[in-house]
Amino acid sequence: MTEQELRIQEKKAANPGGETTKNETYFAPHVDIFETEKEVTVLADMPGVTTDGINLSLEDNILTLQGHRPPWKQTGRIILEEYESGHYLRRFTVAETIDQDRIEASLADGVLKVRLPKTRPAQPKKIEVKLG
Amino acid sequence: MPFIRFADRPPYRNPWTEFERIRQGLDELTRTYIDKSKTQNRANVYPALNIFEEADRLIITAELPGIKAQDLNLSLEGETLTIQGKRDSKQNETGISYHRREIESGGFSRAITLPIKVEVEQVGAKLNNGILTITLMKASAATPRQIKVSAEEEPIS
Repeated sequence: MTEQELRIQEKKAANPGGETTKNETYFAPHVDIFETEKEVTVLADMPGVTTDGINLSLEDNILTLQGHRPPWKQTGRIILEEYESGHYLRRFTVAETIDQDRIEASLADGVLKVRLPKTRPAQPKKIEVKLG
Repeated sequence: MPFIRFADRPPYRNPWTEFERIRQGLDELTRTYIDKSKTQNRANVYPALNIFEEADRLIITAELPGIKAQDLNLSLEGETLTIQGKRDSKQNETGISYHRREIESGGFSRAITLPIKVEVEQVGAKLNNGILTITLMKASAATPRQIKVSAEEEPIS
């Protein structure tokens, strides 16, 4: 088993693109992105987000992962505050050609998993240069 | 930090006033430091915790993405609450190449001393979408009790 100790990873604020009217914080979720021959998989840590709050889109090769946390009212007095809660937002440019109709996403234990199947294995393309 | 030149010093100084000045400066420093760090703390040990106090209970929350309930171990001994667990985000598939690796794997263990006495028998913990919420009921001695004030009208004699 792993002997490594988990560390606290600092949350980085994400820019939602233009100011929001509500005073809400967006964080960039930590991600793992890996690729196999068939697909690209994105794992993103989004604790506190339910399936209703997930908003995924792939437009012009830009994959947007957005997770909205349900409003949570804090009751009582804060004794200790070591982390901030907020929504999640992160964008990636996907280089591979993705079959948009077969994109699958699942959420388990606060981790979003997005499978992006490739349309076909990338063929090396040879471009011939003609003499002008 | 002001410079004190020797020439500026008066010929006689009470040596204790200087200590008093230092003491006041230190007091001020601790005050501003405590104000800032009273509730907002940088945690050093995983996981980062938020603790709230309600009238009858103490609520502790932590963000634990990717950690399954069976991999989480909570124990309460006296006033020490220990949170232990592990996360395994390694992929078992073969032939994968990583583009980004930001999610870490590993174990963690954090022990905190609770600020008040709690009922050891009444501890609730749930893990929901990667958020752990621990509810600890305060011990009856620590729960505020309503004291009824009865008004007695004294007869005017």
